[in-house]
Amino acid sequence: MGTVKQSLLATFLTVATLFSAAAPANDNDNDNDAATRASRWQALQKALFSGRSLHDGAGIVKLDAPPRALDAALVPITVDLSTVKPIKGVYVVIDNNPSPLAAHFTFGPKADPHSLKMRVRVDAYTDMHAIAESQDGQLFVATRFVKASGGCSAPAGSDDSAALADIGRMKLHLIGDFVAGKPEQAVLMVRHPNFNGMQMNQITRFYTPPRFIRTIDASYEGGSIFHLDSDISMSTDPVITFGFVPQAKGQLKVVVKDSKDAKFDGSFDIPGNGAAAGNAAASGAPGA
Amino acid sequence: MFSFRAGAQKRMEETRAFATEEVAPGIHIRPGLDEDVTPRNEDGIANIGFIVGRDAVAVMDPGGSLIDGQRLRATIRRTTQLPIKYVVMSHVHPDHVFGAPAFQIDNPTFVGHAGLPRALAMRGDFYRKRLEDALGKERAGGLVAPTMLVQDHAEIDLGGRVLTLTAHGIAHTGCDLSVLDRNTGTLLAADLLFVRRVPSLDGNLRGWLKELAALQSVSARRAVPGHGPTSVHWPSGAKDLERYLGTLLRETKEAITKGMDLEAAVGTVAQSERSRWALFDDYNGHNVTQAFKELEWEQ
Repeated sequence: MGTVKQSLLATFLTVATLFSAAAPANDNDNDNDAATRASRWQALQKALFSGRSLHDGAGIVKLDAPPRALDAALVPITVDLSTVKPIKGVYVVIDNNPSPLAAHFTFGPKADPHSLKMRVRVDAYTDMHAIAESQDGQLFVATRFVKASGGCSAPAGSDDSAALADIGRMKLHLIGDFVAGKPEQAVLMVRHPNFNGMQMNQITRFYTPPRFIRTIDASYEGGSIFHLDSDISMSTDPVITFGFVPQAKGQLKVVVKDSKDAKFDGSFDIPGNGAAAGNAAASGAPGA
Repeated sequence: MFSFRAGAQKRMEETRAFATEEVAPGIHIRPGLDEDVTPRNEDGIANIGFIVGRDAVAVMDPGGSLIDGQRLRATIRRTTQLPIKYVVMSHVHPDHVFGAPAFQIDNPTFVGHAGLPRALAMRGDFYRKRLEDALGKERAGGLVAPTMLVQDHAEIDLGGRVLTLTAHGIAHTGCDLSVLDRNTGTLLAADLLFVRRVPSLDGNLRGWLKELAALQSVSARRAVPGHGPTSVHWPSGAKDLERYLGTLLRETKEAITKGMDLEAAVGTVAQSERSRWALFDDYNGHNVTQAFKELEWEQ
């Protein structure tokens, strides 16, 4: 499965590269580039879902994002999913980003897959897509157009040194009170620069190697809540809100793996003692 | 040079001088507009200017675009023929430094915070593309790498006028540099100080409050803000900014404590400040986002 995903990503990047060469992302504040956006999405669809048909997601999947990004490095998005049709996973695609596939969530048996929130980088004026995959293998899509941020913000974010200093630190808290057997929303925070790196800059001679999160696995009492394949489109210090169903008090575990093969573990007692219970421990390759 | 060709006329028009205010003897500042970049304003939205010593001139900042920088240079040349020996780049934001290429002809020392090269490398290309979209490639300007880096403090001598440069901890950005002219008691604070135009937080909120507190004990009688009037009394000119940042800190913390999420917080935090600042609606939500992502790790 891992190799399939990797090759998908590779195809993606190739398509993205072709596109940025052939048709640079249009930053103009007008909507008459609708045709460009549509053709870009068609190419992305082909690369990602190789010909599978995508159905209108009305009633199945809903994507919320601010109409204008307030901060290019941190745009909060919400994906709401049908409570009727069983959902297997969700893809989040930011069409005009250098690496358009921001996230692919695969839900496990402990999930309550009805609402997801995450924070993403948005480079330019772009369509954003959330694609829900139902248990019976159908794909449903919701679209949202996001205008780029104004002012001085940049998708690279500001200073990543704080994120590197305590890389892998995690926090988790529940929204609302714990009731055994009832669906619960949890907010997971992970300290990580999630940085795509830079080639040697010709002017400043500055170079930074990439370091970004590849996967996050969340589980409860040994059963998977979600597996996330992510990429550089996720913001620095990712924050993910997700649903799960704790049958009884127990432990929620999180494993984060990054592009330097570092592995970070967090385990949290549920219901825990209020906000930010938990202890994250890093293992694997030491931080750069 | 006296051709009637449109191109030549345009070039002459582009390098016309602009009006500056002499906020203290030998310190000339062009007031920036309280706007975001447009083709009309050529990104001349920051307070930029120059300091004239006995032997040389220092520029701070070089301007928001190539055109803005060229016009600053033309303005300097209207005032003095002394060599432009230093170009101080106060931080990474395009409205302050994209005019730097206009001064390469003078072969000056380009001065920046030790963190500036990294910040330019991370963001420079993105800023350049966006500015080119707004102004056109030939007018946008670009990046110039600093040739003198300031770690803590440094001094530059313009002849009978020694400027003290201070590299600040993360505040407005991660690479803020201020200049103090002891001769006249003038602090050139750049974007560590916003007056009238709503500040933009792009570094660290607690850090900014800390640096702002430290700056207020600097012995200066006036300060030149990066945006707003060209000169304010010091330290009283810091009050509005301090109040805004304090409100942002307090109310963002409250929102987080209450369990409010970021999307809700951007619409509620610091709204009491709304009528006090130009461009509030364009930047406050961004500032709340920055504050939120910083402070949520504290609780």
